[in-house]
Amino acid sequence: MAVAAIPSHTTSIEPARTSRGIEDWLPRLVLAPSFAALILFVYGFILFTLYLSTTSSTLLPVFDFIGFGAYSRLFSIPNWTIALKNLAIFGSLYIVLCTAMGLFLAILIDQKIRGEGLLRPIFLYPMALSFIVTGTAWKWFLDPGIGLEQTMHSLGWTSFTFNWIKDSQMAIYTIVIAAVWQSSGFVMAMFLAGLRGIDSEIMKAAQIDGASTVQTYRRIVIPQLRPAFLSAFVVLAHLAIKSFDLIIAMTNGGPGRATEMPSTFMYSYTFTRNQMNVGAASAVIMLIMISSIIVPYLYAELRGEKK
Amino acid sequence: MNITKSCIISAALLASSALAGLPALAQGAQRVDVLHWWTSGGEASALNVLKQNLNGEGVAWQDVPVAGGGGEQAMTVLRARVTSGNPPTASQMLGFDIQDWAEQGVLADLNAIAAKENWDKNIPAALQQFSKYKGTWVAAPVNLHSTNWIWINKKVFDDLGLKPPQNWDEFIAALDKVKASGKTALAHGGQPWQDATIFDSVVIATGGPEFYKKALIDLDPQALGSDTMKKVFERMTQLRKYVDNNFSGRDWNLASAMVIRGDAAVQIMGDWAKGEFVNAGKKPGTDFICTRFPGTQGVVTFNTDQFAMFKVGADRQGAQQKMAMAIEDPGFQSSFNVVKGSAPARTDVSDAAFDDCGKKAIADVKDAVAKGTLLGSLAHGHAARAAVKNAMYDVVTAVFNGDYAPDQGVKELVTAVAGAKQ
Amino acid sequence: MTAHVSTISEDRSATSSRAPARALLYLVLIAFALYYLLPLFIMIVNSVKPLAEIQGGNMLSLPAETTFEPWRKAWNEAQIGVEATGLAPYFLNSILMVVPAVAISTILGALNGYVLTKYRFPGHKIVFGLMLFACFIPFQIVLIPMARILGMLGIAGTIYGLILVHVVYGLGFTTLYFRNYYEAFPTELVRAAQVDGASFFKIFYRILLPSSGPIIVVTVIWQFTNVWNDFLFGASFSGPTAMPITVALNNLVNSSTGVKEYNVHFAGALLAALPTLIVYIVAGRFFVRGLMSGAVKG
Repeated sequence: MAVAAIPSHTTSIEPARTSRGIEDWLPRLVLAPSFAALILFVYGFILFTLYLSTTSSTLLPVFDFIGFGAYSRLFSIPNWTIALKNLAIFGSLYIVLCTAMGLFLAILIDQKIRGEGLLRPIFLYPMALSFIVTGTAWKWFLDPGIGLEQTMHSLGWTSFTFNWIKDSQMAIYTIVIAAVWQSSGFVMAMFLAGLRGIDSEIMKAAQIDGASTVQTYRRIVIPQLRPAFLSAFVVLAHLAIKSFDLIIAMTNGGPGRATEMPSTFMYSYTFTRNQMNVGAASAVIMLIMISSIIVPYLYAELRGEKK
Repeated sequence: MNITKSCIISAALLASSALAGLPALAQGAQRVDVLHWWTSGGEASALNVLKQNLNGEGVAWQDVPVAGGGGEQAMTVLRARVTSGNPPTASQMLGFDIQDWAEQGVLADLNAIAAKENWDKNIPAALQQFSKYKGTWVAAPVNLHSTNWIWINKKVFDDLGLKPPQNWDEFIAALDKVKASGKTALAHGGQPWQDATIFDSVVIATGGPEFYKKALIDLDPQALGSDTMKKVFERMTQLRKYVDNNFSGRDWNLASAMVIRGDAAVQIMGDWAKGEFVNAGKKPGTDFICTRFPGTQGVVTFNTDQFAMFKVGADRQGAQQKMAMAIEDPGFQSSFNVVKGSAPARTDVSDAAFDDCGKKAIADVKDAVAKGTLLGSLAHGHAARAAVKNAMYDVVTAVFNGDYAPDQGVKELVTAVAGAKQ
Repeated sequence: MTAHVSTISEDRSATSSRAPARALLYLVLIAFALYYLLPLFIMIVNSVKPLAEIQGGNMLSLPAETTFEPWRKAWNEAQIGVEATGLAPYFLNSILMVVPAVAISTILGALNGYVLTKYRFPGHKIVFGLMLFACFIPFQIVLIPMARILGMLGIAGTIYGLILVHVVYGLGFTTLYFRNYYEAFPTELVRAAQVDGASFFKIFYRILLPSSGPIIVVTVIWQFTNVWNDFLFGASFSGPTAMPITVALNNLVNSSTGVKEYNVHFAGALLAALPTLIVYIVAGRFFVRGLMSGAVKG
């Protein structure tokens, strides 16, 4: 790319000033449509939902204002407490396990493995499948009557039981198994990319200094993967909230209401039970919870970025 | 460069999709958009009969099928379409949902057709309650399902020397015997609506139609919190002992399959179960027995499939009216319901084409209409509105699964209903 | 493959003490590979069995009799609605929806990323933060208000409506990926070009875009997967002529009567998943390279 030598005073001459004027506004103009779209379609809708939660909407939106009664009703519904508890269990297990497994597998693959080209798509492909497909396949696999338990029985191991999916207490963990299966490969890919970006000189220096493998990883590698952790967290948190499709496909909230989550709760109260204001209230609570975790994290990460 | 190529490709695709989109928009000919969730087996082919009939009258049928959850997904899609100003011509709809939608003022007025075709006379009053809103016909009922049936594998019963039970004690005795013989006594799917289907029948068997009406239709808190209700819950807990370990979450037709195969003896299910038996080549009376839930003889708890008609532009009203008429046509009523397993929505349809179970169903309906014991099923959205129905589902399921003891269940039931009544 | 491959164990010369560690390494990896492959194996194996074999046998066994009838049925004959049309007609709808949506959201994401990193106007971090937070909105909130807006715009029930919806809700992620990538891109090159007198778009087209290959791949894969696999929007905002394949698959799998033809269900699920699987497998290599090149860098 040839850079002609331009005397520096050229940039402050009149013609350049007007073009600098346009140049000033053009980027913002280009960004504006996306930004405006998101303000409307995301934040506008959030405000709309907030408003709905204060109305008497049942089947369709009604534009009155009756106060915050929907919230007190919300917290008196036993299913809501179950849903919140499940979200806590599922969300934390999902994020922790995916991150741990992703990191672990990435480190393993990074050890100059033969057959990486084969292994990586194997770990990655579950992400390509829609939740309906995943949910159906796992639902089958976990069903005691036609899945793993039955297979073990037919292979002769008749005392084997694995009926978690039918057990009120354990069903939520089956969702974790399926969800982790789906996403950990993607997290692995992110960490693998991050690992490959680490300067090997630093690592060699550490080894020469006598640091063990574990210490090297802990002190040097993992801190350098901080951006990867951010991206992984964003992706996983996003998926944990979107886990609606998976739950519907696997258990439909069952057995009973044992795998109810805020997302399925919100859906059923808005669209099935004709209690839109309660559904909206639950959505607002969901958003508050999400914000309380994500906003501080994002703030810290973005502020800590090198200028 | 990827970008340029994909730009070109997407531009081309946009152009072609624009062209592809045209035919649907430019339709001036008569057309009905029908939203429903009959996406498989007998139901779909039965509905196809309606489609063919309409095609014969020059009306095109635009199918909008959305399966899942007994209409849950379909109702979501419906909301989106109505909100966007593009309602379907007709939508399959259950019970009180029709009332809820009518309140929004989006349903069409079918009184002219109803008068012409004599619907008021030939459709039972109990059904009209759901098809009419403030005296105006807004929906066309397709059928009349009843839910208080049990389906028995004849061979299993014969081998054990059992006869179809006529009351609760005989029922329990029979279930005990089957369980002792090693087979599953009660084939059941642990989904809230299936648990509630059992609940419907147990309420009638325990308290009679009057109690049912008071508790589940009028939602009287005294009735809901009464000792009779406690007995109902005790009986539900008792029935729980007769299901197999895998019942949780099982689909209803898989439970029917258990009875068909002879792995289980009895299923408590509405009359759509008959379709499963018939499709498997089984004959009523020889291979399986259909009989009313013990203790509910003389009562019919019903639900209907109706097509609610939406307010559409003048250009689509002609087709809409043709569809409404076609649905209530006696010929269609007969052929559709023979396949579906339900009774016709009209009482003046001949039962000649129906099998024994169908004939019994039609006779029972006539009887119940005369005696005033044709009652809407709670489990299927014809006794209470969606909010209340679902709140009751929660409690019934919890009791059935053992999460609540019967007396706690009663208390929860009263609270749940009070909370859901807006 | 860059020169930065971390090779902790590379320089150790004691190969004999490494051998059992390597063996263990491979063992662990293979065990995980089996965990990942199992459901796919089950789906494939059972999609070519006749129904009687599925009902009678166990799900892990190889088919005694292989038949492609379920695949043919899923494609051509399965009952999706009133008519038995199979999944075929809906495949095209999905393509018509996905390709424009992915293209538009990718381009916009690239431009946004460019602006946010090379033209740091005051408040750019807040703007980015706001856009990023938009990734987390649960879609159920969106349904009703979006339906109203699509209706007002007159594109409800059409493919254009679906495209708009998917573009809007993909913007958060595409902007994230490109912004992180361009953050690491040397700003001096851009400044130099500006000094040269190059315009905004020229810089984008001539300088940034040519080196964006890897991140474009990441974004396209991510968007393609999300849009292709979406069910909720596809069901709610499509009309009869725009119904994507996920909705059709749901109708196939979730039907409530009749014998459950599991083999057809699995064949259908695999058919619906084929495009995304192909994209992942073919482009997977570029995927990691793309991630390496900056998606994960702050």
